[in-house]
Amino acid sequence: MRFDLDKAMGIHEQALYVRSRRSSLIASNLANADTPFYKAQDIDFKDVLGKVANTSGAAKLEMTSPGHLQPGGMSAHDAERLYRHPFQASIDGNTVDAQMEKSEFAQNAVMYQTSLNFLTGKFKSLKSALKGESQ
Amino acid sequence: MSLLGVFDVSGSALSAQSVRLNITASNLANAETVSSSIENTYRARNPIFATQLDMFRDNPSRAGVQIKAIVESQAELRMRYEPENPMANEQGYIFLPNVNTIEEMANMISASRSYQNNVEAMNTSKQLLMATLRLGQ
Repeated sequence: MRFDLDKAMGIHEQALYVRSRRSSLIASNLANADTPFYKAQDIDFKDVLGKVANTSGAAKLEMTSPGHLQPGGMSAHDAERLYRHPFQASIDGNTVDAQMEKSEFAQNAVMYQTSLNFLTGKFKSLKSALKGESQ
Repeated sequence: MSLLGVFDVSGSALSAQSVRLNITASNLANAETVSSSIENTYRARNPIFATQLDMFRDNPSRAGVQIKAIVESQAELRMRYEPENPMANEQGYIFLPNVNTIEEMANMISASRSYQNNVEAMNTSKQLLMATLRLGQ
C-alpha cells in the first residue's frame, strides 16, 4: 500500500491556506476602517474550502503563457469575495464595522491554531508509527 | 503565504494613521496662532484616505490604505477685534485658524484606536506564523 502524505494530513492543509487568506482579507478591512467608500469584504469559508479541497489534487494543465487559465479550479487569488451587509450605514459610504472585523479576525486566528493543532497531532501519530514504540 | 500579507496591509494602515495623528497634532498646535491677514492664517488640515488600488492587481485579497491628499478646511476663519495686538491689521482685527479643537480630539481618539486595531492584527498574525514555523516539532 502506497503511503500518501497529503491524504494523511487530511483537509487541514487546505484549511490553513484558506484561513490565512481570510485573515489577510479581514486585515484589509481593518486597515480601511477609515477609508471613505470602502466596502468590507469576506469569503464564505465553507464554500471556498470545499473548492480548494476539490481542486488541489486535480491534474494541472501546462501553461505556456501567463494569460492561460487552469480549468475549473480556483487559483490563489480569485476566491469569491463577498461584500458584507453593514448593520448600520455610515455617512462616508464605508461599511467596515471595526468591532465585528476584530471579532472575526480573532475567531479566524483561533481556527487557524486549531488546524495547526490537528496537524501537529497527525505528525505526532506518524512519528510514533515510524518509531514503533509503545508509548 | 497570505499571513505575511497582513504585515503589508496593516503596515500601510499604521503609516496612514500615524500621518493622521501628525496632522491632528499640527492642527491642535496651531489652534491659537495669530496672523494679520486671511491668506497667512493657518487652516485646519485633513487627510483623505484611499484604498491602495495597485495592491489589488497582484492580489485582490489584500487592500492597503494610503493618504491620497491632505486638504485644508474651507470653513470660515475666526476674526477678533484686538487693536492692541501687534499682529492686528489697520482695522484692528487679528485672524485665528478655523481649527475645531473638539473635532480634532475626536479625530485623534479615532486614529489611535484604528492604529491599535492594526497593531493587534499584526501581532496575531505574527503569533500564527510563529506557530506555523514550529509545526511538527
